[in-house]
Amino acid sequence: MNVKVLFIWVLLSGPAFAQGFAGLGTEASGFARPERGQVLSFPKDHGAHPDYRIEWWYLTANLKGEDGRDYGVQWTLFRSALAPDAGQGWAAPQIWMGHAGLTTPDRHFVAERLARGGVGQAGVTAAPFRAWVDDWQMAGATLDDLRLTANGTDFAYDLGLKADGPLVLQGDGGYSVKSASGQASFYYSQPFYTVDGVLDLPDGPVRVSGNAWLDREWSSQPLDETQRGWDWVSLHLEGGVRMMGFQLRQTDGGAYTSGTWIMPDGTAEPFGDGVLTMTPLKTAKVNGRDVPVQWRVELPGRGVDVTLGALNNAAWMDTLFPYWEGPVGISGSHTGHGYLEMTGYD
Amino acid sequence: MYRAALSALLSHWWRHPLQLGSLLLGLALATALWSGVQAINGQARQSYDQAARMLGQDRLEQLVPKDGQRFSQDVYIALRQAGWLVSPVIEGAWQQGDVRVRLIGIDPVTAPSDVAPDGVTGAGDLRPFITPPGQGFAAPDTISMLRGVTGLPPLSPSEGLAPGVVLMDIGIAQTLLGVPGEISRLVVVPEQPFRQAPLESVAPLLTKSAPGGQADIARLTDSFHLNLTAFGFLSFAVGLFIVHSAIGLAFEQRRPMLRTLRAVGVPLNVLTVLLAGEVVLFALVAGLVGMGLGYLIAATLLPDVAATLSGLYGADVPGSLSLRPSWWIGGMAIAVLGAAVAAGQSLWRLRRLPLLAPAQPRAWARASARGLRRQVFLAAALAVLALAVAIWGRGLVAGFVLLGAMLMAAALALPAILALLLGGAERVSKGALALWFWADTRQQLPGLSLALMALMLALAANVGVGTMVASFRLTFTGWLDQRLASELYVNAQDEAEAARLRSFLEPRADAVLPIWSVSAPVQGAPGTIYGIADHATYRENWPLLSHAPGVWDAVAAGQAALVNEQLSRRAGLSNGDMLRLPDGTEMTIAGVYSDYGNPQGQVIIAVDELTAMFPDVPRLRHAVRIAPEKAPDLTRALIEEFGLSPDNVRDQAAIKSFSLGVFEQTFTVTAALNVLTMGVAGFAMLTSLLTLSTMRLPQLAPVWALGLTRARLARLELFRALMLAGLTMCAALPVGLLLAWALLSVVNVAAFGWQLPMHTFPADWLRLGLLALLAGGLAALWPAVRLARTSPTDLLKVFAHER
Repeated sequence: MNVKVLFIWVLLSGPAFAQGFAGLGTEASGFARPERGQVLSFPKDHGAHPDYRIEWWYLTANLKGEDGRDYGVQWTLFRSALAPDAGQGWAAPQIWMGHAGLTTPDRHFVAERLARGGVGQAGVTAAPFRAWVDDWQMAGATLDDLRLTANGTDFAYDLGLKADGPLVLQGDGGYSVKSASGQASFYYSQPFYTVDGVLDLPDGPVRVSGNAWLDREWSSQPLDETQRGWDWVSLHLEGGVRMMGFQLRQTDGGAYTSGTWIMPDGTAEPFGDGVLTMTPLKTAKVNGRDVPVQWRVELPGRGVDVTLGALNNAAWMDTLFPYWEGPVGISGSHTGHGYLEMTGYD
Repeated sequence: MYRAALSALLSHWWRHPLQLGSLLLGLALATALWSGVQAINGQARQSYDQAARMLGQDRLEQLVPKDGQRFSQDVYIALRQAGWLVSPVIEGAWQQGDVRVRLIGIDPVTAPSDVAPDGVTGAGDLRPFITPPGQGFAAPDTISMLRGVTGLPPLSPSEGLAPGVVLMDIGIAQTLLGVPGEISRLVVVPEQPFRQAPLESVAPLLTKSAPGGQADIARLTDSFHLNLTAFGFLSFAVGLFIVHSAIGLAFEQRRPMLRTLRAVGVPLNVLTVLLAGEVVLFALVAGLVGMGLGYLIAATLLPDVAATLSGLYGADVPGSLSLRPSWWIGGMAIAVLGAAVAAGQSLWRLRRLPLLAPAQPRAWARASARGLRRQVFLAAALAVLALAVAIWGRGLVAGFVLLGAMLMAAALALPAILALLLGGAERVSKGALALWFWADTRQQLPGLSLALMALMLALAANVGVGTMVASFRLTFTGWLDQRLASELYVNAQDEAEAARLRSFLEPRADAVLPIWSVSAPVQGAPGTIYGIADHATYRENWPLLSHAPGVWDAVAAGQAALVNEQLSRRAGLSNGDMLRLPDGTEMTIAGVYSDYGNPQGQVIIAVDELTAMFPDVPRLRHAVRIAPEKAPDLTRALIEEFGLSPDNVRDQAAIKSFSLGVFEQTFTVTAALNVLTMGVAGFAMLTSLLTLSTMRLPQLAPVWALGLTRARLARLELFRALMLAGLTMCAALPVGLLLAWALLSVVNVAAFGWQLPMHTFPADWLRLGLLALLAGGLAALWPAVRLARTSPTDLLKVFAHER
């Protein structure tokens, strides 16, 4: 899925981790709730939905340099509404957070930006599409043709993205269920980007190309109170098939799983709870925590039984709400590359 | 052995409780004044540091507008989008009735994480902070000051905030200050990203300001604190005179006992250690008492100090005291150190006491002739130093060195001068009694000299400071008359009201003069630029210290500027020099005017020039010229017909009395310290006379035996004290006037940037002289009464006792 981080401010609800990762499991009174059957409309829904509590524009890219090395890039813009009412200017209760990650086989760069809504420091417009925080942006005439930039203390990147496939609605026409008790979000993806651009690294610029995957999701209470974190993958398999899968780990040791099989032409075939199995094979000490960096992922109905291995075990996003996010290589029944995100490993 | 020796040594104090009392009290007073002043200074400095530390100003670079004005937050957004990690701050004064606070608005989301004071972020909730009505944070003192004030968001206490400051979200603060979309400056986050557009291309009107650049208050108030420190030190020195004389006396009186102890086998080292231990013990006891007194002094004076600092420098210091461990340690250390200095000479003599030499009471007095010569030599050296500093010295520290050297030289020279005078009197007097009186007085001089020196210091300080304050007051009052020439001063709430106000006043008043100003950096330091209309009010009244011909025409034509004395001195600018204004234009300086009570540089230009340079200058304040007898009617009309709030119209007299109030406040502390120093000096005199009187029986008994009655002897004693006090006053007067000159022409210029003409006030001297006589008389009264009541048997015993 992409119940990505959030952040709801340390300040939002006292002890932020008391209920689910980053307060995502807390009550959502006054905010709009996703309803099954609501038809998403584009380009309008590329823009922000301030009446929902949280929302993100989440791009991950698996890249290869002219030097033959593998790289991973993450660019995320989160929006969090502190209140459902819409104030103007500084009084707007919207907080924006940008995360940028750049992973090489031996380094992992992280940058974070925070911004208030309402004064123009960050925001998203649907058409022409522009998502920005400070000098970082993901912008273009349409969502199919984007320029992506980010800038940290020791790295920067500037990538061009072109989509050669349609948008993919996750779950039931974009209504993605996140727990047995019915928590859900609106969720769609653009998994068909080809990428071309430059990474600015301390050793100098590197020209890169590869694939990217954009996830869009918004909701007001996407996590069940018993869910402590999640493991999420987006995979580019050989032959042009894409697969998205996640498991939400419960406090009782069980998990709620879900995902989508995406054909090369964009046809999406979602699968429900219990179809996908994700098993950690190996953990590594990352920032003082034991984090699984090798996974066995099985989707028996599709003949998938693969091992995912991290390009760099240390892909830790040491941000306000820390998590692991990095590129993985795929071996086993299928080959390819993808991105892995893991939260709630404290 | 130790115990026996110790109890023998201590027994002296049981037999002389008064001596013990004066020793402890002297030390306690010295410590009290010193530590009280330290506590005040410490508290104030803590506030400045707090203000400077606030929002990381002491560590973080800032981007500030070159012209010192607020700027649009669009610049902030543009900088963020050019890769600059900066966080906006809005600052401004907010007033309701008489309550005035400084609002600081921050953006908690982009502010560096450790910038906000304790309790401001943390466990709080962001939403109530950033959405109306918002949340304010302030020091507990500020919150109590704001009790009952409406219009501010709900307040929570935060210890880390400077007094008089209310911290809140930037959006809330912009609304309260009435400046939506504007910011004052930007804090630069320490870690900046890889790629960044150059500042000049994104925000050409901003400039980088180094960390700590805002600590102007600390620099400005340095002089004030140095002043207090000097006073504290003076009192400390005076207190030490008491201690020194008490310890010296005790040593002299215990000389036979020390000899006996040595003779029965107590080693010299043991004796030294015991005596040193005794001194340390006294120092600790007196130190503790002194610290308590010091706390009381500081707590009593602090509200006045706070008022002074805020009136004179706009520096906010809380009116209540919080003490730090360093203060306690420092205070005790100074008590012990002071006692050690005072006791050093006695301990040194003990080391050199010949074991078998006969005990010689008053040997201390006999050695005085040599001591006197040494003292005179030292005084001469100090006087030369003072002269050198007066000629070549520059700056505030030099000013205080001059003061210190001058005072010490005068004090040290005093005994010699008195001895000379007394010797002269002896030579010209006739008759046995008169000859005996002068000789006896001269003989007593060494024992009294320390107390007289203390009295002289106190008197000279009184004359000096008194002359300075009175001269200042006279100049200031005259200056206020010139400067506040208009009959009414009116203030509008906003531009719309101001415009209505101008048209309302136009037909009713003789003239409506704009008082429009902007705060802007002038010659690299914070300053103010005023725009004035061309009007007789200025031509006839403005207090110009110097000016070029046709000054007002040149200013009115927009060709010239006036600068205040502070700016002229600080920047070394005088008539004819070019002054660079914030927008880059240059103007000739055509005049320098006096501007007392203002620590900052100030410039006056034609009002049209000002509005051209700063189109957004608030056009709210105006001076109104009208026949004085019509002023009350116009005031009434302004309030009743126009609807101006009574707070916003002030007549000349009200502003004058307010200014004088601030002025008087400024010297309250000085006056209080002056009185305390006088008290200490009087006490020094009393203890010296008391201790001397117990030792003088052997000298008085023969005179009594020759037929002088006890009552007459007592009257002579009293007269002697009065005469010495009078002579000391006479010696103190020129020293005090020199001191006043140094304060007015050296210290004031260095500290505040203005020089004041010196005026003399003989009536004050007379009063002070009477006070000195009163102090001397009171101090001598008790010993004299005791002498008058001494029983004849005690006097007879003098002849029977073997000495």
